[in-house]
Amino acid sequence: MKRSVISVAAAIAVAMLALPVEAKTFRFAFQGDLNALDPYALNETFTLGTLGNAMEGLVTRDKDLKIIPALAERWEIVEPTRWRFHLRKGVKFHNGEDFTADDVLFSLDRALSPESNIRTRFAAKLRAEKVDSHTVDFVLAVPNPILHAEWDSWFMMSKSWAEANGATKVQTKSNQLSPFALKANGTGPFMVENHEPGVRTTFKVNPNWWGKPQHNLTNVVFQTIKSDATRVAALLSGEVDMIDPVPVQDIPRVKASAGTDVLTGPELRTIFLNMDQVRDELLYSDVKGKNPFKDARVRKAVYQAIDIDAIQKRIMRGNATPSALLIYPPLFSRAAEFQRHPYDPAAAKKLLAEAGYPNGFALEMDCPNDRYVNDEAICQATVAMLARIGVNVKLNAMSKARYFDKAGAPQKYDSSFNMAGWTASSLDGLNILRSIAGCRDADGKGATFNFGGYCNPVVDELASAIAVENDVQKRDDMLAKAFRIIHDEVGMIPLHQQALSWGVSKKVSMAQRADNRILFYWVRMQ
Amino acid sequence: MLAFTIRRIFEAAIVMLTVALMAFVLFRFVGDPVNQMVGQDTTLAEREELRERLGLNDPVIVQFGRFIWNAARYDFGISYQVKRPVTSLIAERFPATFELAVTAALFAVLLGIPMGVYTGIHRDSWLSKLFLSVSLIGISLPTFLIGILLIYVFAVQLGVLPSFGRGEVIRIGGWTTGFLTASGLKALILPAITLGLFQMTLVTRLVRSQMLEVLRTDYIKFARARGLSDRAVNFGHALKNTLIPVITIIGLQLGAIIAFAIITETVFQWPGMGLMFIQAVQNADIPVMSAYLMLVAFLFVLINLIVDLLYVWIDPRVRIYGREA
Repeated sequence: MKRSVISVAAAIAVAMLALPVEAKTFRFAFQGDLNALDPYALNETFTLGTLGNAMEGLVTRDKDLKIIPALAERWEIVEPTRWRFHLRKGVKFHNGEDFTADDVLFSLDRALSPESNIRTRFAAKLRAEKVDSHTVDFVLAVPNPILHAEWDSWFMMSKSWAEANGATKVQTKSNQLSPFALKANGTGPFMVENHEPGVRTTFKVNPNWWGKPQHNLTNVVFQTIKSDATRVAALLSGEVDMIDPVPVQDIPRVKASAGTDVLTGPELRTIFLNMDQVRDELLYSDVKGKNPFKDARVRKAVYQAIDIDAIQKRIMRGNATPSALLIYPPLFSRAAEFQRHPYDPAAAKKLLAEAGYPNGFALEMDCPNDRYVNDEAICQATVAMLARIGVNVKLNAMSKARYFDKAGAPQKYDSSFNMAGWTASSLDGLNILRSIAGCRDADGKGATFNFGGYCNPVVDELASAIAVENDVQKRDDMLAKAFRIIHDEVGMIPLHQQALSWGVSKKVSMAQRADNRILFYWVRMQ
Repeated sequence: MLAFTIRRIFEAAIVMLTVALMAFVLFRFVGDPVNQMVGQDTTLAEREELRERLGLNDPVIVQFGRFIWNAARYDFGISYQVKRPVTSLIAERFPATFELAVTAALFAVLLGIPMGVYTGIHRDSWLSKLFLSVSLIGISLPTFLIGILLIYVFAVQLGVLPSFGRGEVIRIGGWTTGFLTASGLKALILPAITLGLFQMTLVTRLVRSQMLEVLRTDYIKFARARGLSDRAVNFGHALKNTLIPVITIIGLQLGAIIAFAIITETVFQWPGMGLMFIQAVQNADIPVMSAYLMLVAFLFVLINLIVDLLYVWIDPRVRIYGREA
């Protein structure tokens, strides 16, 4: 009796000792590869998001995408064109070196080098000045209220480590990556343990991290599983703890399974339709000598012919949020003022007749089939809905590599009508006005990714004013004005935010952020 | 024999050049690789700069010439996506594909030949009918469906085999092998069956029809008349004579297994060359695609050459013809 009490006590003591070091491995699978580990080599959401577990920027974003301090403890705008960042003290890289202002200056130089693919994250003519070992000033040519908006994925690199490892440049002359491609040396809560490109990447916890961990993991294993059916099977069989994405048609099955669940929520990206408004004669159409899409009534007719609820319910099976704006609404304070033009085929027909096309017209539509959730199916539905108002559309569905070539700048926007998706990378409306809703010429100078070429000089002028306005209230007023013009003129037709769908084991609790980054520093496992 | 070999090697070189040329013409239609490499906000000027740096603005004939010149020195350039030399990517991926292909081929032969012999000898037994029905499934169901069915049954429902990947591998020099670990062997079972099922049915049916034919010939009748045992007749005389066409087919099919492992590798996330090729196609990663196509063409040419030479060696009639030529 006494012996058993002792042994129970011993067992409890052992268990208590063992508890903090108990190995908890989080295994997850994504449909794509974790490409180069060099954080400046490839501007791709998944790669940068996953690297964000091992590397950190001056700022980061919280679960609601609000900018919060990371390697910089605080910052202030000392003059309209001078921002001062105070660096966190006592931060160490994974190899034990201290993080200082020199590393920030080095990281900026490297990120702005010609081979870097993250140059778009920095304002034009940006300079950094070292004030002391833990203070850096950023000097701008013109005021910029969103200077640091994309710096959550500008990760700090160690200067001395890069010099010692021959990684000071992103790419060598032959386009080959620096040695950094297979290693990583950051300051983040996890360290890259081993990286086999295209197969598996393993992480282990960084015991010397400066922050207080919110996770309870010791190891993380990432594997690519490309095939949808296999990815779902791997989750159901318990071989992985989390998958991204769960195909829309498999969501009920994953939910029904005893050990798994689906996390869904709207994604930042907006899916929308573009109509060519640049050419004087529409390509691939039976209308000769003129371009019907130059008439706002025709564009509005197309808008009102689309039954967005049917797309949301039948094609997206509820996993989409119809939208009246081109930006993810929670990112814009005045989003509630905008409502979609209602679905109304009769009104659409009337608008077409007023514009001089009582019997409709014919044209072709270009659509990617491997880029967005159910992209081709949405286009097919659009074609069927437009047929009801007499607009006969022939659909060209193609791979994303061909689609962006044809409908975009490389082939001089060789498309009359197409579907695209866009995420405001700065999480700010200005990016929408500058990249997809501003004017451009036939070669793509201007808003290069405005595939339809919608152009209103008033919107462009507003964008220029917004860019240098540091006052939030005035800025939002101007943004609302610009969005109102685009909405009224139907510059493009917003459809919806597609939903994120992550399959997770019930043992796992984690936060899902709308930017679809898999941040395992928020994962807790039973 | 030497003249024959030299002539075949010369022909092989022409085949390789033709494949390279066709591949290059096709690459004009796969889309824009630059768009897959840069972020959405990258400006036109930056894209143009990258295009120039990659040599994509040169005329096709210049790009082709450069490709051939480099390929002849076993340099296929740098992958646009993974940003590492294509030759080292292939060297990393080849062992996975090779081990899968060899296992699938062994599965096809070791099961296919006995089944073929059995169904040839016992034409009307119920077991023969079962074998033939199974082989019908192998021929008629598409590979990806077989793979998904196997995953569903053995990984999800029974939970005995992994649904994806290669398991633990052991590195021996530049080669990684899954043959030496339990998880590696377990991971091999489902993909190998999926990949080899079609070849197994092919072998079964081929051996069966050859057996049926050979068993009718006069020398088999004489052998039986001499009072030899069934075993000696069936295996010593009949089977031996059916094997020449079977060896030819197996040789050629090994090339096909390696080349068409693409689907099986995609379904099982098998980290081989086929999976790498599919990802390259989606991202218009031209250096990887061209290297893969050249490698597959080379494998086929090589296997063909070996089979031709084996033929000369095995079959005296061809040898006489070869000498005359």
